[in-house]
Amino acid sequence: MGYTSVRGGLDAIHHAEQLIERTVQRARSSIDPAQIQSFFGLALDRVMSEGSLYDPELAAIALQQAEGDIIEAVILMRSFRSTLPRVGYSFAARIDEQRVHRRVSAAYRDIPGGQVLGCTRDYTLRLLGMPVDPLDDIQDQDVPGASPAFPTVIDFLRREGLMAEPPPESPEENPADITREPLRIPAPRSARLQILARGESGAVLSLAYGALRGYGLAHPYVGEIRSGPVPVSISHPVTGRRARIGWLPVTEAHMVFPGSGSLSSDAADMSVGFGISTGRDERKAISMGIIDENLTRAEGKTPGSPIEDQEYVLHHIDSVEASGFVEHLKLPHYVTFQSQLHQSRRITELVKASRAND
Amino acid sequence: MTSVRQLVQDAGVSASAYSYGFLDETAKREIRRKTLKAIAIPGYQVPFGSREMPVSRGWGTGGMQLTLSLVGPDDVVKVIDQGDDAGVNAANIRRLVERTTGLSTTLETAMASIIQSRHRIPEEALRSDQILVLQVPVPEPLRNVERRVSAARVMHAERDYSKMWLALYEDIVRRGEVSFGAGYPVMVHGRYIMAPSPIPRWDIPLLNQSDALYLFGAGREKRIYAVPPHTSVEPLQFDDYPFAVEDFDGKSCARCGANDTFLEESISEVGMPRFRCSDTAHCDKVLESREVGT
Repeated sequence: MGYTSVRGGLDAIHHAEQLIERTVQRARSSIDPAQIQSFFGLALDRVMSEGSLYDPELAAIALQQAEGDIIEAVILMRSFRSTLPRVGYSFAARIDEQRVHRRVSAAYRDIPGGQVLGCTRDYTLRLLGMPVDPLDDIQDQDVPGASPAFPTVIDFLRREGLMAEPPPESPEENPADITREPLRIPAPRSARLQILARGESGAVLSLAYGALRGYGLAHPYVGEIRSGPVPVSISHPVTGRRARIGWLPVTEAHMVFPGSGSLSSDAADMSVGFGISTGRDERKAISMGIIDENLTRAEGKTPGSPIEDQEYVLHHIDSVEASGFVEHLKLPHYVTFQSQLHQSRRITELVKASRAND
Repeated sequence: MTSVRQLVQDAGVSASAYSYGFLDETAKREIRRKTLKAIAIPGYQVPFGSREMPVSRGWGTGGMQLTLSLVGPDDVVKVIDQGDDAGVNAANIRRLVERTTGLSTTLETAMASIIQSRHRIPEEALRSDQILVLQVPVPEPLRNVERRVSAARVMHAERDYSKMWLALYEDIVRRGEVSFGAGYPVMVHGRYIMAPSPIPRWDIPLLNQSDALYLFGAGREKRIYAVPPHTSVEPLQFDDYPFAVEDFDGKSCARCGANDTFLEESISEVGMPRFRCSDTAHCDKVLESREVGT
């Protein structure tokens, strides 16, 4: 009997695969991954961000293979990532070398370098099917490319002594690598930032919203949010010189949190939460910045809510881990349930017996 | 009613697919009734069936629902964001009002019958025939001392504000003074503590015994509340630590020269920061009168 059950299982798996394959093949005949790359850029940003692998072509293939399910596409990216060796580490990217496509501050109206609204849906009316007001004088050259220097806004707050100095960790030191070492709580900030950066967008958003709504630090300010490619450099394996190997589009959020100043310490009143995502996922970058600072301020304290608890946040926002365990419930649990039935029946009888004795 | 497909086909020409003021009539009726209730109980947060609006929740949807349920053919609407008529969010909301009502809008405070604002009360005194609609991110003034909405409602009902007073006291002990900047909590008509929305301290005295009606709309949090005309509104304060507004210490607007308005500073890489009026319409008006005068 065991034998037929195994064979039957394999047949069923094959059939399920065929059904998926039929759908995906049909999709491939009408859309090719290049079209997905040009039409679904923001979806691919999520696939790459959560997949922690920057490759738009692979992300497009993954999204198609997953029928648009982002978490499934992330699983494909992550499992492919496992096949790649860790060759080395880049230098810390320098944000002042970013080619800024969009950059806004919500703290100041006028900032050096100016506000650059760029490509954003923020101020569009979300009316289904309603096209935007036509504007025919917009040219491709109006889209900012290589840009002048944009000094970071928080540096001005630092200069005035209102903002805490950056943490002393040297950026040259190799950071923690969460893909090579298991997480230990309390986790160093570099590990926290890595987990947050590849955390599931919805989970990160939801935790950040909870924090903002009263379960964490009070309302922060977007000191600055900036988008655009940054150069990635490594130490040349032969010459040892700094060598640029490419550009990575990122969105960075500097979340300014006041409230640290007190009569009994020298702490600056403001500190910054840092968020980053690949591509243009601003929602994720801002959410990450909120969680980062909530975790930093809660360090060494008894957590009062989930957002202040490293255990809670860092263990539960990874889409591969979370979806895997939640969906494992679909696996056969025949034996476990059988054992459970025994226990439940036994307890029900005991309860009845004790009632009868009353 | 035109279908969405039709809208796409004729490139949005048939904007009439949407109701006057975007919301359907039953929604508007509900919002008006809840607004009347809010006016009848000054400072009390009235829950309402907040609708999804064509901007993100938290971007002024509460204010938009109030404005769009109030407007009629004779109204003139002004929309400001942080004092600025030209702010991107203000421009966007103004566009929605124009597009769904066909009404004309204004930049002049005195011309408007309904002013929707985010985080500012205009410098120019409002009249009894004007309504100021304020957008509210967090309607619950007790949020920082009680994060659960259900518990905060009980505290309001029992007028149990001890936690709030204690928090203010602790703030003074720890930091030297009450650290609320914008959104300073106020007591309305001696009964309810109310979140005035994140207006600067500067604007708080304008709420007290005003000629105009103030309405507050929190779309995401689904609450409407009001300060009717001639109602007492007092900032929470201790006798020995009185409330004070922002001090601009002899600074004046670099544009119009006013030294009696709420100023915004900008960062510059060299020299002193520059200041200018946050209320741009008022700044224009002062500038104009100076030019006429010379």
